[in-house]
Amino acid sequence: MAATFNIRSFLKDRKQTTVVKDMKIEVPAVEGFFTIEEEAHLIGGRFKRSGSYCFPKDLGGSDPNFPEDEVEEVLLSRFGKIWSYTNSAYPPPPPFIAAEPYEPIVIAAVELVKEKMVILGQVVNGYAVEDLSVGMTVEVAVGTLYEDSERRYLTWMWKPLSEE
Amino acid sequence: MEDIAILGVGMHPWGKWGRNFVEYGTVAAKKALDDAQIEWNEVGFISGAITVRCGYPGYVAGSTMARALGFNGTQVASSYAACASGATALSVARGQILSGACNVALVVGADTTPDGFLAPNDGIRTDDTDWLRFHMVGATNPVYFGLHARRRMELYGATQEDFALVKVKNSKHAVFNENARFNKEYALEDVYSSPVVSDPLRLLEICTTSDGGAALVVSSLDYAKSLGVSDPVRVSAIALNTPTYPDPLIDLPYLATDSSATTLPSETGFKESIGKHVYEEAGVGPEDIDVAEVYDLASSMELDWYEQLGFCKAGEAENLLRDGSTSIGGRIPVNPSGGLGAFGEAVPAQAIAQVCELNWQLSNRAGKRQVEGARIGITANQGLFGHGSSVLLRR
Repeated sequence: MAATFNIRSFLKDRKQTTVVKDMKIEVPAVEGFFTIEEEAHLIGGRFKRSGSYCFPKDLGGSDPNFPEDEVEEVLLSRFGKIWSYTNSAYPPPPPFIAAEPYEPIVIAAVELVKEKMVILGQVVNGYAVEDLSVGMTVEVAVGTLYEDSERRYLTWMWKPLSEE
Repeated sequence: MEDIAILGVGMHPWGKWGRNFVEYGTVAAKKALDDAQIEWNEVGFISGAITVRCGYPGYVAGSTMARALGFNGTQVASSYAACASGATALSVARGQILSGACNVALVVGADTTPDGFLAPNDGIRTDDTDWLRFHMVGATNPVYFGLHARRRMELYGATQEDFALVKVKNSKHAVFNENARFNKEYALEDVYSSPVVSDPLRLLEICTTSDGGAALVVSSLDYAKSLGVSDPVRVSAIALNTPTYPDPLIDLPYLATDSSATTLPSETGFKESIGKHVYEEAGVGPEDIDVAEVYDLASSMELDWYEQLGFCKAGEAENLLRDGSTSIGGRIPVNPSGGLGAFGEAVPAQAIAQVCELNWQLSNRAGKRQVEGARIGITANQGLFGHGSSVLLRR
């Protein structure tokens, strides 16, 4: 399968949050999904009338009982519990940009208690499926999705709490 | 809603032939017309199931197939609902027949698939959840299958051996199916020696992508009778369900579930609602089902369907598998065709292929994989972006 994804053209003219770290500029791979800070948050939506939540902010399903509802941007809870987990032993195809050599990515579906929703994300580097269990508490972190000589492109990830 | 008659079915064998999808669809359509003893020029409506991987001719599959069979002015429509496209195309044909717009309809779907993972079409679409799940997370289809398989292990104590046994069972069925891509009978050791794709699922437990084509010729019961067909296999019900908000289960291709913070999820889950719809429409229950073709995109998903279609209670699917109930010769054989594990998926043809198999089963033409005395059968299928489908057939 031909990899036709071009990072340069993708990033051209895009609004970017930039952070400089270890001489590399860090930017979200796509803007608007998470905050880049020590205690990172997922950026979700809250429906003003129903009070329900969604993630991502602009792509959530809505409650049919509140037809005129509007979404406002909110920061979602930082902690959740693993609902299930798996990995991808083979590199996912584009538009995923797989590292070479590829190390299997680990993916968790995490339930946020307050928002009562399950959100997918990679698990931070250094964890294998054997290290995870259903019910384990994790927090939102930011990790590198791919990088080039000047920049690291970031995504949200789930990080198991160290005590567990 | 009234039943419609299935007059004929046809398939182009599944495989990795690498030829134009139109060829597979045409072969399947001609076989279905022959089976029905109907001339193409008698068909009043052609209902195509769309493929999005074969360029523009795939987007207008109905007219592409009509042209291949010879444009004759017949009415046409094309339907897309991901994996449920074939069931949608059948539903459109049923609507035409029952409204009196046509006597006979031809339903056809075919695909030529790329190797490897199914992936979004080229381009950058940061507002497309299907694009985002690949780019931002690397969540391929098997990732979702793996999440649900692990969840099943956690909730019900399912084991990797249970999942592997589904593959073993279905491969035994497929030995007798000339339309299946894989006719080999697999043992547990074969499954265990295949590499993990998305833990806990292995390569042999995840359906691959295939080329193939399937077609149905359907009519009103009155028209069937006028042709001298007094006891056809009938389509008694079709479900094309969307979920209800909030759906608490993570599903393809979303990054997150709905939130249940303010509204409780329905007591009937999305997949359960699919079977419920056809049972109510046909006036039967799960206890009446003699045979089922379910969407085993992964071996673990077949177990989920046993429960979602009401063949057993939640958590009991492994027992149903292990006591032989879902093997040919058991109480409720599931995937006598060999299922997707033996076919691989030809997306727009697959839901039609399920109906082809049940037609053969209910008309006692399934040869060595015949389910004895089968009178009522159900298909179940789910297409991403909230397309649940099921077809209930009876004789």
